[in-house]
Amino acid sequence: MSEPFELRCRECGKGWGNAPRSFCEDCFSPLEVAYDYEFLKKRASRDKLSGRAFNMWRYAELLPLAEDFRAPNAVGGTPLVAAPKLAARLGVQNLYLKNDAVCFPSLSFKDRVVGTALVAARRFGFSTVGCSSTGNLANAVAAQAAQQGLDACVFIPADLEPAKILNTAVYAARIVRINGNYDHVNRLCAQVADRFQWGLVNVNLRPYYSEGSKTHGYEIAEQLGWRLPDNVVVPMAGGSLITKIGKAFKELVTLGWVEAKPVRFFGAQATGCSPIADGVKRNLARFEPQKPNTIARSLAIGNPADGPFAMKLIRDSGGWAEDISDLEIVDAIKLVAETEGIFTETAGGVTAGVTKKLILQGRIGANETTVVCITGNGLKTTDAIAAEFPATEAIAPRLEAFEAYLDSQLAVAAGAAKA
Amino acid sequence: MPVTIEIPTAFRRFTEGAPKYDCSAATVAEALNRLTAQFPALSRHVRDEGGQIRQFLNVYLNEEDIRFLGGEACALKEGDRVLLVPSIAGG
Repeated sequence: MSEPFELRCRECGKGWGNAPRSFCEDCFSPLEVAYDYEFLKKRASRDKLSGRAFNMWRYAELLPLAEDFRAPNAVGGTPLVAAPKLAARLGVQNLYLKNDAVCFPSLSFKDRVVGTALVAARRFGFSTVGCSSTGNLANAVAAQAAQQGLDACVFIPADLEPAKILNTAVYAARIVRINGNYDHVNRLCAQVADRFQWGLVNVNLRPYYSEGSKTHGYEIAEQLGWRLPDNVVVPMAGGSLITKIGKAFKELVTLGWVEAKPVRFFGAQATGCSPIADGVKRNLARFEPQKPNTIARSLAIGNPADGPFAMKLIRDSGGWAEDISDLEIVDAIKLVAETEGIFTETAGGVTAGVTKKLILQGRIGANETTVVCITGNGLKTTDAIAAEFPATEAIAPRLEAFEAYLDSQLAVAAGAAKA
Repeated sequence: MPVTIEIPTAFRRFTEGAPKYDCSAATVAEALNRLTAQFPALSRHVRDEGGQIRQFLNVYLNEEDIRFLGGEACALKEGDRVLLVPSIAGG
């Protein structure tokens, strides 16, 4: 390789150089970016990156970027938050939340994958970029396209949450609403990419896009002091994030930056769209696609393209996958907010709620170090919890009115305590 | 039943550039078999060694993934469109 990375088929291993393609023309399996790790061992080091700003571009040598790469705006570099109060409620210790709810610029981990995708888009000369999206990806593409002066066209299911649509429209991206579910949108985008030659980040730029997710994993390892956790719980939509965190950890071991140790991967889905979790739990050779029906819209992908790879990673690592109901999702969002002051969207509720389920099942041990991956901000899916917090009655702006209000509230609380 | 199979760009080099293939078939399985009989080079890209449709190839009957319709055995009606799409999703 003249560059230390190129596209390679995940099934047959054939190399395809660097180009805006996502599947092998020989066997039609997906392509992935492959690296010359022997070369990277000499070129990259923990010392070399330690002086850089803490954001995703810190790990530049491990991403598909040219040697003269200059970072566009900062992306990622989110907190790894120790969560002792949540841990205590769940009966464990050493629980961490990797908080991409505050990822910049658009408050979800999708900023990371858009980061690498847009570098590839510019490399290949695309002036129009876009995506098929359940919401967060559209937000990220629109925001970063605006920052970088690219035109953006995003395709979404027509009934996506209003907040997510607004959060894309504000950046002046063109939004195409499709009467269908996400899988319909995605199929259309495959055809659009074929016909119009746009840089659709999760279609013809997918291998470069998906590499950005590794930075979520690199940051976890660095923030733990260059060591790997015992368990990591990851939400699964298409199944890419969990496999790329796995790749990131494996690369760090290959480079000698962390000590090798077993890490168990746990996948989290909503029961209303759980093809991968179902495949793991029933030990299927191939997952069975589902028609999504859940408030966790960002995970509502019934035909996950990385499903086979996610299932394999989970099984090989000795992990598991679980799913929870919409009611449990809402409870989990509230639990994380009440204990750790972090407001996550429905996907984060899925991950936290599944973590609770796995602990109750005894699959996550009380003394193990566990990282829960929080992938998006709660402000994006307020509709999902609105019913939990009906508006309270207003009072007059007088001290006596407030004293009366307080008395009545205390009486209600005393009554509830007695019951 | 007369039906049309729509060929994605990536497969057209095996069909001498043809974007569509018309045939008569009772089920999706039969339509795919007619397609690969007509264009043998396409065979190994449609089915794996076990004879199953390849894992990363999605097959649609009109708007619906055939896995929701009972798989390849699902019956065809006159004018149905069978669409082949390499699998890519997530966002």
